[in-house]
Amino acid sequence: MFNLNEVFIKNGLIVAFVGVGLILWFSDILSGTLFKKRIPMVAIAILIALVIAYMTGYYTRGKNGIADLAVFSGFTLLGGSMLRDFTIVATAMNADWTEIKKAGRSGFLALFTGILIAFFTGAFIAFMFGYKDAVSITTIGAGACTFIVGPVTGSALGASSEVITISIATGVVKAIVVTILTPMLAGKIKLNNPATALVYGGLMGTTSGVAAGLAATNPLLVPYGALSATFATGLGCLLCPSIFYLILNSFF
Amino acid sequence: MIIYGVAILAACYLTGILFGEFLGWLLGIPSNVGGVGFAMMLLIIIQSLPSTKKWFQPEVYKGIDFWNKMYIPVVIAMSAVQNAYAAFSSGFIAILAGIVPVLICFAIIPLLTSKNHQNV
Repeated sequence: MFNLNEVFIKNGLIVAFVGVGLILWFSDILSGTLFKKRIPMVAIAILIALVIAYMTGYYTRGKNGIADLAVFSGFTLLGGSMLRDFTIVATAMNADWTEIKKAGRSGFLALFTGILIAFFTGAFIAFMFGYKDAVSITTIGAGACTFIVGPVTGSALGASSEVITISIATGVVKAIVVTILTPMLAGKIKLNNPATALVYGGLMGTTSGVAAGLAATNPLLVPYGALSATFATGLGCLLCPSIFYLILNSFF
Repeated sequence: MIIYGVAILAACYLTGILFGEFLGWLLGIPSNVGGVGFAMMLLIIIQSLPSTKKWFQPEVYKGIDFWNKMYIPVVIAMSAVQNAYAAFSSGFIAILAGIVPVLICFAIIPLLTSKNHQNV
């Protein structure tokens, strides 16, 4: 008898290709029949993937969604940061330099506005929920920027692991909410041109949420949103544990 | 050759990431500061500079375009390995602090973009 599990584990990346292919194929059918093309196929595929991650998380109590089942561990390679960033860079081949220059200033403004809003709203909510020390409040506020800024800030300031976990969860919720809301609200906010996509990416800041949301809205906008969002994490890591912490520290 | 396209893309990626790491080290923060953004700008620039434009033959382009189109499958795989269970069960605070800023930001996008149109 041959061991099916072992074959799947040894060829993890290839298993992930088939798995993602099946998810997209299923989404294509759902999008065409059940939703009459009103919800983009990619948005459905991402939602299915998140539901799968939620369910496997529920059963395994692990941290890596479907990848906690050994036979699907290859998903961490296909969906890991290396290939994610590599393919995001590849989307730049569709980007138009003149469009970026046009939105340059408001894109920059959006970057700072987005971080200020995320941080101080997150910090305010942490305060309302009973956190009274500057370190915890700063860490949760940083988590409201992105799920990378949260733990980076938390470990820099020496926050408790419980607070760091909340900050990661906050960032993950943000990424998921951005992913789901973007295709739904795109029409209302006129997210149909590179300039708006740059502003939107800078405001939202969460590269994975922005990129997935734009992919489900209009793949041609991905490079613009991803370009500005990618700077948000760096700016957040810079501002949260320093200036923002000092501001909050003077209050508590 | 297709590999030239993949190699150009990979070289842009590495250069950008290295620059992001360097910037992080310079600023004293344990993070890659905008590395992916620099890599994207590098790719955009060498595609439009007269001296390097000629590298991008149709075959070379295919090597980049493959990864460009693999982007969506990668995002789906990424969604499948998120800690979605923890995100929705580690308390009301994470859900609230994750949702409220996003709603505020969506609401102010029209403000920032209309300003942009006035400037132009």
